[in-house]
Amino acid sequence: MKNIYMDYNATTPVRPEVLEEMLPFYTQHFGNPSSVHWAGRAVKGAIEKAREQVAALINCSPAEVVFTSCGSEGDNFALKGTVDALKEKGNHIITTSVEHPAVLETCEYLEKQGCEVTYLPVDKEGMLDLAALEAAITDRTILISVMWANNETGNIFPIEEIGAIARKYKVRFHTDSVQAIGRIPVDVQKANVDLAVISGHKLGAAKGVGAMYIRRGTRMTQFMHGGHQERHRRAGTHNVAGIVGLGKACEIAMQRMDEDMPRIQQLRDRLEKGILESIPEVKLNGHPQRRLPNTLNVSFAYIEGESILLNFDMKGIAASSGSACTSGSLEPSHVMCAMCVDVVLAHSSTRFSLGPDNSDEDVDFILRELPPIVQRLREMSPLYNSDARMSCSQCKVVRRA
Amino acid sequence: MYTDKVMDHFSNPRNVGEIEDANGVGEVGNASCGDIMKIYLKVEGDVIKDIKFKTFGCGAAIATSSMVTEMAIGKTLDEAWKLSNEAVAEALDGLPSQKMHCSNLAADALHEAIKDYRENNA
Ligand SMILES: Cc1ncc(COP(=O)(O)O)c(C=O)c1O
Ligand code: FES
Repeated sequence: MKNIYMDYNATTPVRPEVLEEMLPFYTQHFGNPSSVHWAGRAVKGAIEKAREQVAALINCSPAEVVFTSCGSEGDNFALKGTVDALKEKGNHIITTSVEHPAVLETCEYLEKQGCEVTYLPVDKEGMLDLAALEAAITDRTILISVMWANNETGNIFPIEEIGAIARKYKVRFHTDSVQAIGRIPVDVQKANVDLAVISGHKLGAAKGVGAMYIRRGTRMTQFMHGGHQERHRRAGTHNVAGIVGLGKACEIAMQRMDEDMPRIQQLRDRLEKGILESIPEVKLNGHPQRRLPNTLNVSFAYIEGESILLNFDMKGIAASSGSACTSGSLEPSHVMCAMCVDVVLAHSSTRFSLGPDNSDEDVDFILRELPPIVQRLREMSPLYNSDARMSCSQCKVVRRA
Repeated sequence: MYTDKVMDHFSNPRNVGEIEDANGVGEVGNASCGDIMKIYLKVEGDVIKDIKFKTFGCGAAIATSSMVTEMAIGKTLDEAWKLSNEAVAEALDGLPSQKMHCSNLAADALHEAIKDYRENNA
């Protein structure tokens, strides 16, 4: 059986060219970049090259790039480092109700530490009301944190417009750009972003490496204390091979985005159209246009996401779901609930996220296998052909609206 | 994550469907995760002659539904009443700990259906 991977928003395979660049840094070039001797020197240059490659992709100066261990670290640093550094100025953060837990849970932690956080609601298509964002700004606001693209729906937020609002009120602007990097153009200058976060494993580099953009002059309280690495901004001996790979992955993304993404979008669009046409009562989750080219999130009425994924898995198809039953938290996806998706449909939300290795055959296979799976599960469902309905009011998760 | 038994009952669930002339029906919603299960009984004398289910839920919910129907069929109402969540989970060679609550759904629906039968025939 052929395995089909359509969960690139969860993680991606390391690209072969990336791995090739990385390998010598485990054995031959094993030095510690902080050392003065030959072994260290051989490695220092590689890190600076990677820094340039990252900077080129997001249009900043290499000195504004800080290497980290992952996207979650970047989000934690951006929020906690700002709150501490700007505590004289204020304590109010504006974010959205659809952020990744790396931002949301950090905000909840900061609320316990005395911060005030505004969680902006989204509309049914998962988009923000920028007037509401602007209206939420007070003279105590120290940070706006809005993700560039949402991991579940793929929705792309108007980062340039938010950047303009942030500039107008002189509020610092952080964006979790983990899902956008390598998939759509990200230009931190043009968008007037002060802080942005990158995670290696979402763009064909290794797990356990990430980077941050910290605009020159952005005052941050150090997050990781220890050695003097990364100009005192982040202690810890560098994950040299990981960083080299991240640099290479950024370089490849820059070269191939214009070629890869239209092809991936074409596959995604065909999958979307095929599903919507061949299966009745399917709901598209997210904004129909303003979405990452690789992401498709749909709900199949009357059936639950984990049982869909298990059926997929039996056919070798890897996708993901916003169902409570897959999250371990017993609550359906906070993103679906923030969009006021009916709770049964939220349980059913299924995400396909495509990548460079997907093919037309993959799409054909899924379009062939999916309808009978959905039909079989529907025939098993007490909600199918019945008047029973669970309404949004029963959704337990609308706690942030 | 799931045992072979769970996957067997999930991929080939026994006794799926409705019973047109059921004389006991139980429906429960799983408060903890929002899933739903319905059990139909055909009781003759004191014995469960036929039983069917419909479930909206995860793999564990579907597998426990299937298992509980298999365990209940042919039993007297008193015997079936004693079927516990633990017994269902055990018959499936166990469930992952975060899925134990799903087995409540199945046993509870069975108990509701028996209650319904007893009320109808009191
Ligand atoms: C939007 C977003 N932010 C942050 C993260 C966390 O990144 P990492 O897995 O590198 O910690 C993810 C990964 O799922 C993500 O999708
Ligand atoms: S029924 Fe929802 S987790 Fe099992």
